[in-house]
Amino acid sequence: MALSIPASLESQLDELVTHYPQKRSASLMFLHALQEHFGYVSNDAVEWTAAKLGLQPINVYELVTFYPMFRQEPLGKTHVKVCRTLSCALAGSSEIRDHFCKKLGLNSHAHTPQTTPDGKFTVEFVECLADCGSAPVVMVGESVLSKASIADADRVLAAGR
Amino acid sequence: MPEQYKLILKHIDQPGYTPDIECYLRHGGYEALRQALATPPRDLPDGKQLSPQEVVREDVKASGLRGRGGAGFSAGLKWSFVDRRSGKPIYLICNADESEPGTFKDRQIIHKDPHQLIEGMVISCWANDVKLAYIYIRGEMPQGARLLNQALAEARAKGFLGKNILGSGRDVEIYVHRGAGAYICGEETGLIESLEGKRAYPRIKPPYFPAILGLYMCPTIVNNVETLCHVKHIVTMGAGEYAKLGTPNNTGTRIVSLSGDVKRPGYYEIQVGRVTLGELIYHENFGQGLKAGRSLKAIIPGGSSSKVLKAGEVFKLNRKAADGQMTKVDVPLLDLPYDFDSLQGAGTMSGSSAIIVMDDSRSMVDCLANLSEFYAHESCGQCTPCREGALWLAKGLHRLSHGEGRKADADYLQHIAQNIQGRTICAFGEAASWPVLSFVKKFREEFEARGAADEAARSKGAGPARDLKIAASPNQH
Amino acid sequence: MSNPATTTPAPAPAVPPPVEKIRIKVDGREIDVPKMMPNWQGKLEPTTMLQACHMAGQEVPHYCYHPKLPVAGNCRMCLVEFGTPMIGPDRKPVLNEDGSPKIARSVLPYEPQTPRGAIACATPISPGMELYPNSPATKQMREAVLESLLINHPLDCPICDQAGECKLQEYSVQHGQSASRFVEEKVHKPKAVDLGPRIVLDDERCVLCTRCIRFTKDIAGDDALGIINRGSYNTISAFPGRAFDNNYTLNTVDLCPVGALTSKDFRFKMRVWFLKETKSLCTSCGTGCNITIGSREGVIHRYEPRENNAVNGPWMCDAGRLNYKWVGRKDRLTEVQSRGQRTTWATAIKEISERLASATPGSTAIIASARQTTEELYLLKRLATRLGAVTDSVPRAGNADRLLVCDDRNPNSQGARLTGITFTELGIQLAWIADGIRNGSIRHLVVFGEDVTQQGIGADLLGKLETLIASDILPNATTARAAFVLPGCAAAEKRGTFINVKGRVQRFEKAAEAPGDARPEWEVLHELVEKVTGSTGFTTIEGLFNQMAKDVPALAGLEWGKLGDTGVTVAI
Repeated sequence: MALSIPASLESQLDELVTHYPQKRSASLMFLHALQEHFGYVSNDAVEWTAAKLGLQPINVYELVTFYPMFRQEPLGKTHVKVCRTLSCALAGSSEIRDHFCKKLGLNSHAHTPQTTPDGKFTVEFVECLADCGSAPVVMVGESVLSKASIADADRVLAAGR
Repeated sequence: MPEQYKLILKHIDQPGYTPDIECYLRHGGYEALRQALATPPRDLPDGKQLSPQEVVREDVKASGLRGRGGAGFSAGLKWSFVDRRSGKPIYLICNADESEPGTFKDRQIIHKDPHQLIEGMVISCWANDVKLAYIYIRGEMPQGARLLNQALAEARAKGFLGKNILGSGRDVEIYVHRGAGAYICGEETGLIESLEGKRAYPRIKPPYFPAILGLYMCPTIVNNVETLCHVKHIVTMGAGEYAKLGTPNNTGTRIVSLSGDVKRPGYYEIQVGRVTLGELIYHENFGQGLKAGRSLKAIIPGGSSSKVLKAGEVFKLNRKAADGQMTKVDVPLLDLPYDFDSLQGAGTMSGSSAIIVMDDSRSMVDCLANLSEFYAHESCGQCTPCREGALWLAKGLHRLSHGEGRKADADYLQHIAQNIQGRTICAFGEAASWPVLSFVKKFREEFEARGAADEAARSKGAGPARDLKIAASPNQH
Repeated sequence: MSNPATTTPAPAPAVPPPVEKIRIKVDGREIDVPKMMPNWQGKLEPTTMLQACHMAGQEVPHYCYHPKLPVAGNCRMCLVEFGTPMIGPDRKPVLNEDGSPKIARSVLPYEPQTPRGAIACATPISPGMELYPNSPATKQMREAVLESLLINHPLDCPICDQAGECKLQEYSVQHGQSASRFVEEKVHKPKAVDLGPRIVLDDERCVLCTRCIRFTKDIAGDDALGIINRGSYNTISAFPGRAFDNNYTLNTVDLCPVGALTSKDFRFKMRVWFLKETKSLCTSCGTGCNITIGSREGVIHRYEPRENNAVNGPWMCDAGRLNYKWVGRKDRLTEVQSRGQRTTWATAIKEISERLASATPGSTAIIASARQTTEELYLLKRLATRLGAVTDSVPRAGNADRLLVCDDRNPNSQGARLTGITFTELGIQLAWIADGIRNGSIRHLVVFGEDVTQQGIGADLLGKLETLIASDILPNATTARAAFVLPGCAAAEKRGTFINVKGRVQRFEKAAEAPGDARPEWEVLHELVEKVTGSTGFTTIEGLFNQMAKDVPALAGLEWGKLGDTGVTVAI
């Protein structure tokens, strides 16, 4: 297995296991941590998690493919999530998403995450981000852009280039 | 004058109010916990005595508090269903998987006043003999998770959490568990499965009622963030005083999330039933009305799953007359008191108290297509009617909203939706079908006109009337 | 985990404990049903609506439910409309004018004019409940579930192996509607997925009932399958790069209610409606799994498990299931031979019987096989008694698993013991027989169904014998040196009984004709015994079994006719 887990990460994960009466419960937290570290959840990471938690790889693979936040491929350095759901749509989120795609040469008709060939950006249409009062909502990495505008999008693009 | 009543939001957004424990303590934080732990036993008229924990549980019941997550079920009753004789540990889970489209109230509490939630949880754990509890927070709120972890560490350091809380001899531990982007985790048994490290497949009931066979097949309480915060205030105010807030059977306050076509979207805490839907949308203290030149077309009153209401509708509601007799009265849409019972009486629900306003510039077909795509994306796929039906609806609506409609699509969509509601493992079946049933029913002419126009265009040999903006069919992830 | 192989039926107590009953109505007919019934593990649980309907003679259609698997409740095909007695505010039953209890039909709480069904597989019954498995509302719910299941189904029945035993086909005829409203593009999923060495999966045909997942996790103990993706894109899968490969994978093909999981061995081979079905037994180990042999015109096409809750439940192992191909091997022994020359049965039996009858008492040894039927072993024992012959049979050991496979790989070691062919442990006399041949005290050797050169009686010793008589199915080093070669039959080609390791006496029927001269060994042995001992016998297996049951103490009281299809357990 080609997975190299730093000792600090492993001890962080070991601590997480102690939060639960049953090890399996730590699965999602493991996948979050591994995705944060590696950028995505590889099949090696799935097998490593399964072995660590006393599970079969399919048990973990079921999760990676079910929960939309987990990625099986590396993402771009700047990860843009544009909310697609009603309140944001009413506030023009699809125009913002189209703008990102157009500027980056991505297919705005596709519904899956789109990554630029240079690996700098991933643009994704996601479901409700629970900040509808600030629609349209865009997440850039972990931070939320409230009432996002085309100008905001251009700033994100400039910063990520 | 309709006004906000800030109980939960009392300090939130006040200048200088920060999410750390020192600030919380300066504002009287954890006094309710001390008060709860010092609750004396209560003698009953029949000679029996309630233990301090039973007293708090009874008070929550007496307060009339109804769940703020969506179903509006009595929180005290929910607690009373817990199997306390199984000998198994009892777990409490805070449902912080806020993801009902239109809803953004719990986000405020988590990010701006996390200790209020923790205090409510510790009291609830103590009252229910819970030693281990979890906050299941949306994966998309990483900062919220960090803030909560920070707050939990602070509370632990101060002895509000952990072993022997405040010298009471009771242990309470709380951990943060992050979801990963699945709406279905808001369903309590789906959430439990997810917390067990599985796909968030809701469980069949019977036999898996959380109060009996919940997390790890142990009795489990699942409460919404806001609900747990209210427990703190019930302890502080006493059940009787708390119940004076709001209206009978719709007590207390609740935070309304307002979004869509209003001038001032945002979150507003009101006494339940003391403010009308119209006031929430139009009053200067709330939404401040629609954008210039626009008129109201439709309101989704309780999160995207609730049935849509059409401008101009008038409802027959039960009202208690002065002589105590129940009578039916006509209540126009905008005069509906914003509470559990009135919205139910209007054939919809207050759900997660999220209002989405649509003005006359909006196509109901397109709005519904947007919502149906959400449900197709979020169906867990466990049971047949929802797995197949949710995507079927989304495909049909996508077609209709992209120039390939048929006049018969209105009936077609209703047929599909009717075969989902009431047939599924969990309430997601209703959530996916209610928008369709209500939009098509109330705006039928719009759906039929759209389909008829497409048919006419096709008969002239024209291609799809519009550019296909998104992929030909809604896709996974 | 359930372990069908170890569940022996408890001896019936003299007075059965009273069973608490509940009175309900099914389609208007009153019926008393037990309050509790066995669940998938055999534990008592509240009786479900599905079980109650079954007792009332109403089968509720279902896909995900299986009596031997944990309940999933996901297919929703078993939704049934129901009603419960109304309770008034005074907590007393509300009565109709005629005094009968008023029934509240289940309705959607938010739409009281619309009936609500409950999944019959998981919903317990309660006193006074009324079930309506044939009401218009129930029928509509079924129709709707079927319509949903079919919208993304490829409808490729003409090339599907499941055709003829497909629940999607069957229910569509019984409960479906002729036209679908669906006008959208179907979801496409992987086709012909190589799931493991014996299984191919067509995800487009799959109805996601999860029977295969539950079986391999909860019964086979190999948590190898799962569902990947989400919603309508849900897909059954193994972890990428990991083969679905345990010794029970083919049971998932049986369990699959549709044509999603197919056996590589059987795929595209034969339409199931052409197959003749014969009740038989697996011969691969001492468990004695009950099987159905599917054959056409004398050719065996598949083995499938046949449910027997005292032995194998509804399951069998893959190794046993696929252990039939040798039956049709081209090099089968098909000629009766005497000293290398083809001869007739009559001539051979006459010569052999004369040879054995004139042998010095004690100079004959018989090595039988615990793969032979009890009747054959019994006849060999009678022969041995007349000849004063020493007898034994050959042990065949392997590793047991936690479900069905037994460490004794002979199907009838108990038969060998109970008939007296072998004494406690199989094979303990073999060395003594070898010594006897070596020192010349044993001059004649009768071998049935074993290659004794693998058992310490090598070619050199066989060369010292005056007479070597060998019966077998396939050629081996022993038959190659035998003066008399008697071609025998596979179990699938004859009738008889085996006694499994737990003492279950089970009979099996003939599925196919043996090739060439080959004859059931019991017929040959019967003639031989008759000639050697002079006693007249029987012409039928039934008569032979019944005679054996009189002679063998452990089988006392048994009759062929009373064994039924699932056998009888005797003390061992």
